[in-house]
Amino acid sequence: MEKLYKFLKYTFIILWTVFIVAPFLWAVSTSFKDFQSVNSKVTYIPWLDFEPTLEGWRVLVKSPARGGVDIVEPYFNSIFVTCTASLISIILGTLAAYALSRFTFKAGFVRNNDITFFFISQRIMPPIVLSIPFFIFLSTIGLLDSLLGLVVVYIVLLMPIAVWIMVDFFNRVPKELDETALIDGCNPYQAFYKVVLPNSIPGLIVAGMFCIIFGWIDFFFAFILTFTEVQLLPVKVVALNSSITPWWSLSASALISVAPLIIVAFVVERYLSKGNLSGALK
Amino acid sequence: MNFKHKYVFLFPGLFVLIGILIFPIIFTIRLSLSGWNSYTPEMNFIGITNYIRLFTDDPRFWESFFRLSFLSVSTVILQYIIGFALALMVWREIKFKRFFRVIFLIPMMTTPVIMTVIWRTFFHESLGPVNDLLGNIGIDPILWLSDPVIAKFTVIIVEVWQWTPFMFLLLLAGLLSLPKEPFLAAAIDGASSFRKFVYVTFPLMAPISIGAIIIRLIEASKIMDTVFVLTSGGPGTATETSSFYIYIKGLREFQMGYAATLSFTYLVIMIISLTIIAKVLTKLMIKE
Repeated sequence: MEKLYKFLKYTFIILWTVFIVAPFLWAVSTSFKDFQSVNSKVTYIPWLDFEPTLEGWRVLVKSPARGGVDIVEPYFNSIFVTCTASLISIILGTLAAYALSRFTFKAGFVRNNDITFFFISQRIMPPIVLSIPFFIFLSTIGLLDSLLGLVVVYIVLLMPIAVWIMVDFFNRVPKELDETALIDGCNPYQAFYKVVLPNSIPGLIVAGMFCIIFGWIDFFFAFILTFTEVQLLPVKVVALNSSITPWWSLSASALISVAPLIIVAFVVERYLSKGNLSGALK
Repeated sequence: MNFKHKYVFLFPGLFVLIGILIFPIIFTIRLSLSGWNSYTPEMNFIGITNYIRLFTDDPRFWESFFRLSFLSVSTVILQYIIGFALALMVWREIKFKRFFRVIFLIPMMTTPVIMTVIWRTFFHESLGPVNDLLGNIGIDPILWLSDPVIAKFTVIIVEVWQWTPFMFLLLLAGLLSLPKEPFLAAAIDGASSFRKFVYVTFPLMAPISIGAIIIRLIEASKIMDTVFVLTSGGPGTATETSSFYIYIKGLREFQMGYAATLSFTYLVIMIISLTIIAKVLTKLMIKE
């Protein structure tokens, strides 16, 4: 019985691992193919099945004028928008989360939980619902097709995540910590800045990672709210997905776009194994 | 603590969020009462005509809504079962534990649209590896993207691949934070692993499970990226979800007024149904 269970367990783990890795392996293999080896028959292993070329990768750094794709600029745009919006969301979200965790708010029938719910509930809105009014809003104030406009929109996307994670986290930081600081003569801001914040690094890192993930992977807002001046990475890659798809450069650009965040998986795992994450994610 | 300080902490975030959102929300409601389309692009007032059209004359929206419910509920159930199983498997000591944990997390770090582009080549009916490998063992090519029924399952497969890691992460973090005592007590009583799971692990995990399921349902109800790239709602309307239908009405046919009506109705339905689901789940999973 025990042996059978163990056998099933490892079978399942290995099958799931294969399922997860399969599209990556396929993309790596495809990125070295040329027209012939994509369109004649299905090929898998370089040298054995087809002659690998670097064309798919070379195209990525060429300028569009010379038949390239140029994903360098979209790459930096994506990094800028994601990081700026995450930073602002974390700062504002952490402050709000601290307030919601430590003080009681009462306004009519509204209590702390309702305010927290208000923050988190913004995630319910599908991008399409917001993108039409945002389109008009941003074109009125002249921020359509600009990095700043996207940052504004992404704050709505990311602040709920920061609040959600940080409220839970602060609820687990003992209240005595701030109380002692206050007795020692700190004002509430010093208590927060000098005592609570240094003890919240794991929570901040988790919240930061989640903001970066959800900012980086957004496609729809960037797709609707930008056209030519500013392009983000996902939009650029999807634009390659036309009827006659160059699968090789598509795969290469896909791999290079998802690569940076895979490092995040290692960081998350490290925090998970050290037990720091359990407090930050409920 | 002093009365005023708490507002200094709360208000910046709250007001930035409200400030950014207030215009879109009011605008959507106002727009939903107008007949703005490509012929009359202006904010006229036509009362609740759009709402009457939606409730009496638009089966396509309701179909897309039920399709969305089917897709999101089934993917979240699958993600929960698989995610929980995986989390239990790498919770305690196992060979290469950390390696598997990293692998299981990776898909959620990747951009859905971009991975879906890869999946599209993966499931390509004549040039993709899936049908080729199936062909090698004598199975006829499967119409992954052009058969109305199978296309739904293809969307589910991609969604499960993409988002099971999120469920896995929340549940594993929950498992790792459980107190040790109940497990020791169960071990002393000589409970089998199955009974331990049913009577100790599962009840202790119930609140975390509910949280994880609700969060995933919220995110899953926004299925859009996958559908957009993988099938574009097709074949026909076989994989068209609410978001995608609103997108077609609003930004392809430019019936802005009507699209706003759809958006607003959709939001109201979502908030009500998610609240009900949360209540029902709490009742089902948490017993005295």
